[in-house]
Amino acid sequence: MQTHDAKRVEITIEAIVKSRLTDALVDQGVTGFTILPVLGGSGRSGEWSRSGQVSRASGMVQVICIIRPDRLDGLLSAILPVLDRHIGVVSVTDCQVLRAERF
Amino acid sequence: MENLLSLAADNLVSPIILSFVLGLTAALARSDLTIPEAIAKAMSIYLLFAIGFKGGVSVAAHGIDATLGLSLIAGVILSALLPLVAFGLLRVLTNLDHVNAGAVAAHYGSISIVTFVAGTSVLESQGLMYEGYMVAVAAAMEAPAILSALWLISRGGGARRMDSDLWREIALNGSIVLLVGSFAIGWITGEDGLAEISSFVVAPFKGVLCLFLLDMGIVAGRGLRAGRGLITMGLLGFGVLMPLIGAGAGLVAALLLGLSTGGAVLLMVLGASASYIAVPAAMRVAVPEANPSIYLTLSLGVTFPFNLALGLPIYVSVARAVTGG
Repeated sequence: MQTHDAKRVEITIEAIVKSRLTDALVDQGVTGFTILPVLGGSGRSGEWSRSGQVSRASGMVQVICIIRPDRLDGLLSAILPVLDRHIGVVSVTDCQVLRAERF
Repeated sequence: MENLLSLAADNLVSPIILSFVLGLTAALARSDLTIPEAIAKAMSIYLLFAIGFKGGVSVAAHGIDATLGLSLIAGVILSALLPLVAFGLLRVLTNLDHVNAGAVAAHYGSISIVTFVAGTSVLESQGLMYEGYMVAVAAAMEAPAILSALWLISRGGGARRMDSDLWREIALNGSIVLLVGSFAIGWITGEDGLAEISSFVVAPFKGVLCLFLLDMGIVAGRGLRAGRGLITMGLLGFGVLMPLIGAGAGLVAALLLGLSTGGAVLLMVLGASASYIAVPAAMRVAVPEANPSIYLTLSLGVTFPFNLALGLPIYVSVARAVTGG
């Protein structure tokens, strides 16, 4: 089976800035992405759990998108100002996709 | 004084407070008791809808007068000014930097709608009437405090510039939209509308409030556990003193407006309560450097239980003594 190189970008970020982030993705021409709820975790800002949150302020989401390798730098430059001072993690991994024209 | 003690004792053994205590105790004891997230969300939607709707019906029944407009203005002014007092008090009592002090101050100018709902429940159990439009005053008091606090923080160069996202977060957050919207529906449909859905918005209200407060107790307990190392004696003192100052300001405004005893209690409650829904969200957008553990633990873990258990009877007793109601 023929596969093609791509980059998988995972952004774990505060739910409160989700729309700002997805707007930045769309502005970069990334119209395909997946948003997942985050159950909990721990990091520099301490331990956190989704259960028992009364405010949207404390929620986290994970936004995943797969793009062509040549678009990676532009995408990262566009999302950096959104992440700015907020809690979050961005990771990039190599992956393979079947239908390259879709990315 | 005897009256206050008896009211406080009655309040402490009410199903609402005991439900909160159960949740708080369970969380502090590390029990695995939880209310599913979706159910907690549904209960908060129900409570906001019911309290807004009943407020609108009350306004439809009694009509509007100049006091409504003046009460709204007074609410906005209170909400805008209380953060300045809170900020000053924090700088005196604690060693918080100006960003964290400003973020905490915003919470104390804004309101807790659950404390307001618990206040209406206490008033009803005491047979005290209140102006239905106080719900609208509650909605009006959500946002001005955020703007005041952002101004305070921006003086030190800490806050982000206001943009459309932030404005949307402040003015159109779900609780404000639901509260104002259900108030409008109640106002438009009046007593006839209430008769149609009273079995939904009136009868189960207190039971749902008990369950919601059970959840709030769990959340407050977890917050207290998580923020144990953060809450200093100065912050603790602020969390108890600031509601009393806010209640005092609310009482003065109520007297100037000529509100009923029940209305005065509710304006005191609004002045005394601290936000833990709308303001934290706005602060995360505008001032992400501020530590949410500080402002959430203070408003939810210290001031909310204080208002619920001791504040409400104090406000009712003081308002009764001052207004003669």
